Amino acid sequence: MTEKEKRILKRRLKFLLIHVAIVVAAAVCVYPLLRIFSVSLRPGDKLFSTDLSIIPPNATFKAYSDLLKHTLFLRWMWNSLVITLATSVIGVSLASTAAYAFSRFRFPGKKAGLILLLSSQMIPAGMLILPLFLMIMKLRLMNTYLGMIIAYSVSSLPFSIWILKGYYDTIPRSLEEAALVDGTSQVGAFWRIILPLSTPALSIAFLFNFTTAWNEYLVARVVLFSSQQYTWTLGLFELQGQYITQWGMFAAGSMLVTIPVLAVFLYSSKWLISGLTLGSVKG
Amino acid sequence: MASVEFKGIVKRFKDNTVLNGVDVDIKDHEFVVIVGPSGCGKTTLLRMLAGLEEVTDGEILIDALRVNELHPSKRQIAMVFQDYALYPHMTVEENMSFALRLKRTGRSEIEARVQEAAGILQLQKLLKRMPKQLSGGQRQRVAIGRAIVRNPKVFLFDEPLSNLDAKLREEMRVEIAKLYQRLNATIIYVTHDQVEAMTLAGRIVVMNKGIVQQVGSPIEVYRKPANLFVAGFIGSPTMNFFSGQLRSEGDRLLFVNENMKLPIPSFLLHDGDRHAGREVVVGVRPDDVLVGRDGAECSGKMEAVLEVCELLGHRENLYLKLGGLRLLATVEAFFDRSPGSAVTLCFNYRNMHVFDAATERRISE
Repeated sequence: MTEKEKRILKRRLKFLLIHVAIVVAAAVCVYPLLRIFSVSLRPGDKLFSTDLSIIPPNATFKAYSDLLKHTLFLRWMWNSLVITLATSVIGVSLASTAAYAFSRFRFPGKKAGLILLLSSQMIPAGMLILPLFLMIMKLRLMNTYLGMIIAYSVSSLPFSIWILKGYYDTIPRSLEEAALVDGTSQVGAFWRIILPLSTPALSIAFLFNFTTAWNEYLVARVVLFSSQQYTWTLGLFELQGQYITQWGMFAAGSMLVTIPVLAVFLYSSKWLISGLTLGSVKG
Repeated sequence: MASVEFKGIVKRFKDNTVLNGVDVDIKDHEFVVIVGPSGCGKTTLLRMLAGLEEVTDGEILIDALRVNELHPSKRQIAMVFQDYALYPHMTVEENMSFALRLKRTGRSEIEARVQEAAGILQLQKLLKRMPKQLSGGQRQRVAIGRAIVRNPKVFLFDEPLSNLDAKLREEMRVEIAKLYQRLNATIIYVTHDQVEAMTLAGRIVVMNKGIVQQVGSPIEVYRKPANLFVAGFIGSPTMNFFSGQLRSEGDRLLFVNENMKLPIPSFLLHDGDRHAGREVVVGVRPDDVLVGRDGAECSGKMEAVLEVCELLGHRENLYLKLGGLRLLATVEAFFDRSPGSAVTLCFNYRNMHVFDAATERRISE
């Protein structure tokens, strides 16, 4: 075998190994989803089955129609959507401006502030339940959208600030300075130059806020107590009774709640491109 | 266009004084190049004029109006940055029209001004492109175009050519010179490259350690450097310096050190007796070291050893050893001697410089 053939073989082997690893990882991720999908199509509330087919025999959408007709599922989805979108928008707005200050200005307590933000991420979410409960109760926001939005926004803020600050740091200051000379204010430079260039980081922060708020259960359990106000996470657990659990509807609900997250991911993927600042400065 | 005045400008970053009492007066339509080594404060001075740095002390006046506290956009200046600073999410056209759009200028006027600037800089075909699709030279032209479109009172250039390769730098230098002739604008240009300074400037401001060392025309700064720093900084290759003492011998004044004994003509230093005993540094440019010449043009011949020859094309650098001293001579190519051989040399006294060793100031005429 010549040197060239050896090199080609090595390259092909590497290609094969990488793809085998990717396929295995994808299968591990997709398998639970396929099982849930399978359960949602089974007639009756059968969770366990020896049947491994994805589309089970006598497959039916009855669980889906029952879920939509006989429960408050759409209401729960709506509640979740309102809370999640508001949380994401408010969270990203606050984080983008706070991160800009941390990235560009010098002020007393800047370093301490950043460390404090980071250390707040090290506290387990469960430990924050009690203080959050007390705060929301004192604000008389129990069982309200606003209470949930405040709780979610503040808890994801530190991570978003760090992500965005890191990204702003990579944007050359001369771009803002050029904008200032061209006639913008500092806020104008942020709005017209920095924000458009930060869409990849803003998308990541938005996605993080969205998925965190969308999937959250613990805080919702403490703050919300009427089933009309429930988010889908609480709502689905309503289907779990002491003696019987409606697994079909549970699985159907689980499938339906992935749709908004999937849509947001797909939509934001076009913003998740790197290299937006390419060509601005000599690099 | 406008005049610019720096009056006693001081800039401190905490305990570090970057500029220490800078006074420069720039006239209307003047092309002034501020030159100096890295960290001398030249860019800081420009940024203060642009309003991007606060002034610790002193006054900056544009057209006799104090602008210390004025927002950058209100100073009617345009700046070309070292790293271009093009807005990467905008096309060339949008980059160039950005300032006008902010001012809500009419669409037809914006288009006319962008087209005019694009015409001057040959950017017409690139107007719809994004900055990442341009070469370094094209990006620099867009950055200049963005400045021209605004029709400012003063153009500021912050080392605009330092990121370009040697050939492109040469081309852009000529472009900028042509642009100045065409716009006849007030331009303040910062560079560390003395070739740019010499070729472009109407007047040069030489800076070092936050202090203005000399202000003058390129030829003035080259022929009559005010001090040792300017003498060493301006001119390539660098001037040769010899330390020694001035001595009076009869009616003659001599420069003496352990390797040489040079007569100092009276046209260089009047009142020779007054300077006798003074510790000085003598400076001779490599072009004024005459090697292998005979006759009257070369008095006070000395013997040196040729160490290395460096052929530059039409000129040749000769690295010589004169006793314990090393010096550089630049002669016509091709100097037909091999390294190690002995050569005779003398100096062109007309262009010799004498500096006081203690104050480092020029004392010769």
